[in-house]
Amino acid sequence: MTVLVVAEHRRGELRDPSFEALTAGRELADATGGDLHVGVVGGDVERHAERLNREGVDLVHTVAHGEEFNHDVSTQAIAQLVEAVEPTVLLAPDTVNGLDYLPAVAERLDLPLVTDVIDLEYDEGLTVTRELYEGKVETTLSIDAPRAAITVRPGSWPQAEGTGDAEVDAFDATIDESAVRSTVTGFQEIGGEVDVAEADVLVAVGRGIESEDNLEIVRELADVLGATLAASRPVIDNGWLPADRQVGQSGKTVSPELYIAVGISGTAQHVSGVRAETFVAINDDPNAPIFDVADYGVVDDLFEVVPALTERLKRS
Amino acid sequence: MKILVTITEARSVDTIFEIDGLDIDDRYLSSDLNEWDAYALEEAVRRTEDEGGEVVAVTIGPEGVEGTIRQTLAKGADRAIRVWDEQLAALDLLDPLTKAAVLGAVVDAERPDLVFTGVQSGDDAFGATPIALASTLGWAWGTVVNDLRLEASVAHVHRELEGNLEELTDVERPAVLSIQTGINEPRHASLRDVTEAQQADIAVRDLADLGLGGDALTSSIDQTALYEPEREGEATIYEGSPEETAAELATVIEETGVMQ
Ligand SMILES: Cc1cc2nc3c(=O)[nH]c(=O)nc-3n(C[C@H](O)[C@H](O)[C@H](O)COP(=O)(O)OP(=O)(O)OC[C@H]3O[C@@H](n4cnc5c(N)ncnc54)[C@H](O)[C@@H]3O)c2cc1C
Repeated sequence: MTVLVVAEHRRGELRDPSFEALTAGRELADATGGDLHVGVVGGDVERHAERLNREGVDLVHTVAHGEEFNHDVSTQAIAQLVEAVEPTVLLAPDTVNGLDYLPAVAERLDLPLVTDVIDLEYDEGLTVTRELYEGKVETTLSIDAPRAAITVRPGSWPQAEGTGDAEVDAFDATIDESAVRSTVTGFQEIGGEVDVAEADVLVAVGRGIESEDNLEIVRELADVLGATLAASRPVIDNGWLPADRQVGQSGKTVSPELYIAVGISGTAQHVSGVRAETFVAINDDPNAPIFDVADYGVVDDLFEVVPALTERLKRS
Repeated sequence: MKILVTITEARSVDTIFEIDGLDIDDRYLSSDLNEWDAYALEEAVRRTEDEGGEVVAVTIGPEGVEGTIRQTLAKGADRAIRVWDEQLAALDLLDPLTKAAVLGAVVDAERPDLVFTGVQSGDDAFGATPIALASTLGWAWGTVVNDLRLEASVAHVHRELEGNLEELTDVERPAVLSIQTGINEPRHASLRDVTEAQQADIAVRDLADLGLGGDALTSSIDQTALYEPEREGEATIYEGSPEETAAELATVIEETGVMQ
């Protein structure tokens, strides 16, 4: 069988989840002694093709069209590539842009689609694993079809490395411009005064804090620690802290020496932004997925534990 | 202007729960209006409040979801449609393409100017239905929208990408727009609105009503297992009174040397 991975780039650079998808794709291809192809649409496709030629890649298809990602172009190009290559599995990163065209390709070609997959197996058929209920439960799905479209969660596979001996094929997709009905006009960076990515110590607060007034207790903890206050998305959405404090997929990636997550459940979109040397979690739900990534945890009410911790640290 | 908003009742698992086969018993689940859909609804209601028009909330689900749908009426939707029948109930899994096919038939029947959806539902988090829906309709789409300005023939959107970066995109209308949390501040319904919504009619449609007959809905995706994930990490969990656990945490923190 053939596995076709679609790579992703932004502002001239291939993005890491592309190389992770290559690893996932190679594992699948190995399970059946098949080939691994990769497709890349737009940008400096020749340079992208060189970088995508990692160990285990058999063929790179380049589609030269446009500089940046446009979902209408990608949908058309990838649908045509799938029809030409006839892969058993079409894989893309589960990123904002991966999710922005792959469902349309699947719908158009009538391919069963499963997104945000964290594990894949092929044994006479494709079986995938994904999370439900914000990561508290896992499920496996079997797909009974000759082909399938899958997005794989960033961070779930290591990046493919080394150099392969892939051929490069310039794929001649025909883009119907009248069907391109969205135009990317630019990018905007969301900046702020505080750069949580720079901080050595972060106290991050989540929806468990319940109200803006209650932020005071985490602020006090941050103060004794000399830490910067950060947050998960709901705290930002509620306007309790400014956007520059958001940690996670759409916010900042942080790598502090110490990260204390208070009342944060630990969804993939949050924890994908945290690489801490020491990770502490305080959450009253023993099944919260934050305990999968934490080094130290307390399963208890944050309104009891946080003030007690602040008091304790004041004394030391 | 007529805006159709797709609505999901999202389920969450209580602190303590048991898995029974491929299900979690209802008594361990709570349900509520999907977080992302609340923002999509609010965005739609604000537009029609400004310019006139109608907001139609559409959901796929059994009678039990009507409580949640009434919330959308209380928060400003003008009408609500619920699609359900035995064929849908018999499906193992409502995957994004199946949902898109059903919602697409509702859009065909209702002919709205725009469709707003949430970016994802909090429970199964496929995040793919809006794009699949746009594709079935042959409409344009814009996803993960956290800022929106509408003109007669175009929607100017900000799409939220990764790492504090937004993409500015112009999307031709009609379009399906998936709305990200934080774009607005969803309103709380007043007691009077809630009471009125209790009395409102919810139109119920089956697949035949929507012209989706027979085997229109087949899915080749089957759920084969449901389980609690093995805890990957080696987290040291402290137990005891808050004073005791706080003391343990304080020791850990002191040992990191961050407090000079
Ligand atoms: C495209 C996209 C991008 C996203 N980007 C980001 C991002 O960058 N960053 C981000 O954080 N999220 C992001 N999200 C949102 C993400 O999916 C979650 O909704 C969010 O991370 C949940 O935040 P939370 O953990 O604070 O809230 P919840 O998931 O509601 O968790 C609250 C936790 O607090 C615990 N709790 C409640 N009360 C107490 C108490 N008294 N004591 C102790 N614990 C308590 C609960 O048990 C629960 O585990 C994104 C989503 C999408 C779709």
